[in-house]
Amino acid sequence: MTGPVTISLDVNGERVEAQVLPRLNLADFLREHLKLTGTHVGCEHGVCGACTVRVAGEIVRSCLMLAVQANGAVVETIEGLSDSGEVADLQAAFRDRNALQCGFCTPGMLMAAQDLLRENRKPAREEIREHLSGNYCRCTGYQAIIDAVENTARARMELKA
Amino acid sequence: MKASAFAYARATSVANALELLASHGERARVLSGGQSLIPAMNLRLVSPELIVDIGELKELRGIAVKGETLVIGALTRHADLLKSSDIVKCAPLLAAAVAHVAHPAIRNRGTIGGSLAQADPASELPACMLALGATIVVRGPGGERRIAAAEFFTGIYETKLAPQDLLVAVELPVARKGSAHFFQEFARRHGDYAIVGLAAQAVLQGDGFADLRLGYFAVGDRPVLAKAAGKLTGVAITPALLAEASAALSDELDPHEDQQATPAMRRHLAKVLLSRCVSTLLNRPDIHRGASA
Repeated sequence: MTGPVTISLDVNGERVEAQVLPRLNLADFLREHLKLTGTHVGCEHGVCGACTVRVAGEIVRSCLMLAVQANGAVVETIEGLSDSGEVADLQAAFRDRNALQCGFCTPGMLMAAQDLLRENRKPAREEIREHLSGNYCRCTGYQAIIDAVENTARARMELKA
Repeated sequence: MKASAFAYARATSVANALELLASHGERARVLSGGQSLIPAMNLRLVSPELIVDIGELKELRGIAVKGETLVIGALTRHADLLKSSDIVKCAPLLAAAVAHVAHPAIRNRGTIGGSLAQADPASELPACMLALGATIVVRGPGGERRIAAAEFFTGIYETKLAPQDLLVAVELPVARKGSAHFFQEFARRHGDYAIVGLAAQAVLQGDGFADLRLGYFAVGDRPVLAKAAGKLTGVAITPALLAEASAALSDELDPHEDQQATPAMRRHLAKVLLSRCVSTLLNRPDIHRGASA
């Protein structure tokens, strides 16, 4: 019971099997075992949001989930969303609006923002703020991030129209 | 930081979880959503030898209305509570409160049972349980016990749960006709732990309250069902009466000091919430102005 545990999960569409110690969290598993370093580790206690990933289609804090808890799960990281093109427009909007400076929070911001835009195609600025309230940015002051998300929502609506 | 090493067992049934807890006692901790336990482990505030993961126990998940009782399984996540039409209909206070519990990514993992067992005095759900008159259903080596919420919370992170116990469900009375609720909290950032918060459940009658239950949180070592509410039930509410209830509330609370607020500031904010609650529920803006002047 104390030794490594075998886990099997789907990460960005690929089946992954691994032996992990129970204490290993999902963020470290993604970064160190799978070398998916787009998932960032900031506070390691669920406050900063830099480690946000999708599990079963829903965003979670990967620092607050053990790798063993992800057994059997479908996990998507920023690499998956970026490579598939799902967030290409959002990434471009962040770039255009200077919604990042050091970029440390950006993967988590993109995960959280895309989660909002999937549920709510036309969020008000207050709703954007609320949905991103669990993601810290220490560079931008947030305004540009809110702008980028709002611009993306608007552009997607125009595409649909 | 990272959690220290521990052994891991994935419980296959409630009985299996109880066996594991019985044989390991205080050296084991139950893992449900992990949104309180894993931060505490990462910060090395707790270092259990064994983690009993109950996450796969589907029988502990879900919301059901049984006659006049709403039953919520311990593993029901905050996100499930937010999306449930049964919660909106039968316990709208809970729906209002859950929107303030942390952030979306945390609500997708955190569970009601985990939040109640954790018993953080600044968290929303324990105070809701007091206001709603909930019953906490616990299974242990001696079988099932039902504990009134008012008895359940005993201190900071302390409850009536023994190390061998598993919180399996909560039962809430379905909101009666004429009931109303109020939820508000002060926090530095949306989703943060409250500086002071109020979860209130009322039964309205004419211009006043037939019943008023005020569940305060972040005002001490456990959630508080304020006795000052008694001054406001079954009577016509005047600004003078509200001021009297407000003074009684101030005397009754014994708030703590921390980096966010002094006891005096917490008392003040608790009174502000009382006056907002009464004026909102009775639709009497004049009362609010009178009390805050």
